[in-house]
Amino acid sequence: MKRETVLNLALLALLLGYPLWAWSVDEPFLITLTTRAVIFAIAGVGLNFALGFGGLVSFGHAAFFGIGGYAMGVLAFHAQSYSPMMEWPFLIEGTKSMPVIWLVAIVVSGIVALGLGALSLRTTGVYFIMITLAFAQMFYFFAISWPAYGGEDGLSIYVRNSFPGLNTMDPIQFFAICYVILLLVLLFVWAAARSRFGLMLNAARQNEDRVQAVGQGPYRLYLVAFTVSGAITGLAGALFADLNRFVSPTMFSWQTSGEIMVFVILGGVGRVFGPVAGAMLFILLEHVLGGVSDYWHIYLGAILLGVVLFARGGLYGLIAGREVAHD
Amino acid sequence: MSIVLLLEQTLNGLQFGVMLFLMAAGLTLIFGVMGLINLAHGSLYMIGAFAAAGTAAATGSFMLALAASLAAAALAGVIVEVLIIRRLYDRDHLDQVLATFALILIFSEGTRWVFGSFPLFLDRPAWLAGTVALPFGIEYPLYRLAIIIVGLAVAAGLFLMISKTRIGIQIRAGENDREMIGALGVNISRLYTLVFALGAALAGFSGALIGALQSVQVGMGEPVLILAFVVIVIGGIGSIKGAFVGAILVGMTDKLGGFLLPKMFGLIMEPAAATSVGSALASMSIYILMAGVLLFRPRGLFGGAGA
Repeated sequence: MKRETVLNLALLALLLGYPLWAWSVDEPFLITLTTRAVIFAIAGVGLNFALGFGGLVSFGHAAFFGIGGYAMGVLAFHAQSYSPMMEWPFLIEGTKSMPVIWLVAIVVSGIVALGLGALSLRTTGVYFIMITLAFAQMFYFFAISWPAYGGEDGLSIYVRNSFPGLNTMDPIQFFAICYVILLLVLLFVWAAARSRFGLMLNAARQNEDRVQAVGQGPYRLYLVAFTVSGAITGLAGALFADLNRFVSPTMFSWQTSGEIMVFVILGGVGRVFGPVAGAMLFILLEHVLGGVSDYWHIYLGAILLGVVLFARGGLYGLIAGREVAHD
Repeated sequence: MSIVLLLEQTLNGLQFGVMLFLMAAGLTLIFGVMGLINLAHGSLYMIGAFAAAGTAAATGSFMLALAASLAAAALAGVIVEVLIIRRLYDRDHLDQVLATFALILIFSEGTRWVFGSFPLFLDRPAWLAGTVALPFGIEYPLYRLAIIIVGLAVAAGLFLMISKTRIGIQIRAGENDREMIGALGVNISRLYTLVFALGAALAGFSGALIGALQSVQVGMGEPVLILAFVVIVIGGIGSIKGAFVGAILVGMTDKLGGFLLPKMFGLIMEPAAATSVGSALASMSIYILMAGVLLFRPRGLFGGAGA
């Protein structure tokens, strides 16, 4: 087996084994902590689809993370307050059902990603970075100034949404849901990267002119990648909101965009499992360094700086070698 | 709706615009000459504000505080450029974004460590307090008027420097062809440090000026930074003229949008709904402006060359 495959399996085993151990010794906090890592990993896998495979440096994925979060928040809010979302021209009611919420989160964030992508992809390079950052900020300010769903204070959902046959308030059962979703997302991304689309996208990232020469416009490839990427990150946002039973404009903030990007970079850009490693490392750092000092972001910054300057390719680059070029 | 209020908001828009220009000018110069996207520019703005607040608290002099903001931000700029930024010029934009994002984390948490989480306050000097009577019966705060004048003066000075002086010629030459001016014997690494320090000083200066209007606190720089990005996207990266036009456009859109949109919706809706719809839309107005410019001019109003 390749070292990368071994590392992939080891990460999945660790991510499953640790909360099971925590469950056996009755440490629900550690289960929740791992669930956070799993959800962040999903968000990172989403960004990696655009960033790693398409080379699209989006600094605005908080927009999709937040939309997923608010999809959950708004639907559950109407369900818990027994008020319909819309009465005219047809009746739409809130829901507490997780699968419905996930579907709405995926569809809405996908549609928004399609719209933002169609605009932002008219540009490249630094323009693209700034524009995605700016559009995410637009959602942030909109969420703050729109009073119907809590505005700056956010929305609290009292009871976690339901999944048929499971008790979602039990940490280990909610963890299992998130873990299975992560596996499905990884499987999807793995298959997509090997499909005709994935190969074309990879080719477009490396050399747009050649892809154009064989008759495929890179714009459409990038747009599909960006849309899928946004939809996956939106799903992660819905799960994150359900984990906390709370949504607020913070999910839209530029720091969130930065953190999602950090998951991808710490793990390794362009590796299917890179963001999984990155998110686990991030949670580990947050937990360990956060215990050492309130100002743990200084150390995070220093580590990130070190990774960018000296260890390009992240954890996967260090352990599994550099056979995947990322630029 | 009174015409006086409208004119006042126009002046506020102008004031906001010239301050955005000071931020955007540094960013666009740094990008134009070195090809670097610098997210930590907002941190330099914050450093300027904190240096000013600290100096004003110690000495009581506003002019000293302004001088301190320029010096501290320029010094921080030089240190960061020499230690870290210099290694990033040849890297791709992703690496630049991440490294400067890391710098934001370090600067913000470092400042929180030193100064604490509570906001500091920078008082306006007594000789700039109060209001001034303008034509049409407008009573406008003297300090804001001073900001407009100082901002316009700095902008004019910057234009002169870029177009007339030797260093300005080198900067413009650097934007066109970095390798060539190095080959012609210009000390390129000193030029880079200088441009970075100049951008940093402008950011720190605007941080200090705005610090006297708002509170001085950790995280104050990034919202301004993102607006400066919007300005640059609208104006065209690398163009000082574009940064100026973009900054004034964004400043006006923000202030006039926040003022006019709720009133416009008030004509067709009940007041409470009009306020919430209007202010929600106003908060999005500059991004809608940006999207509109992108549709017609993907490289910005004054952007010609590649990104």
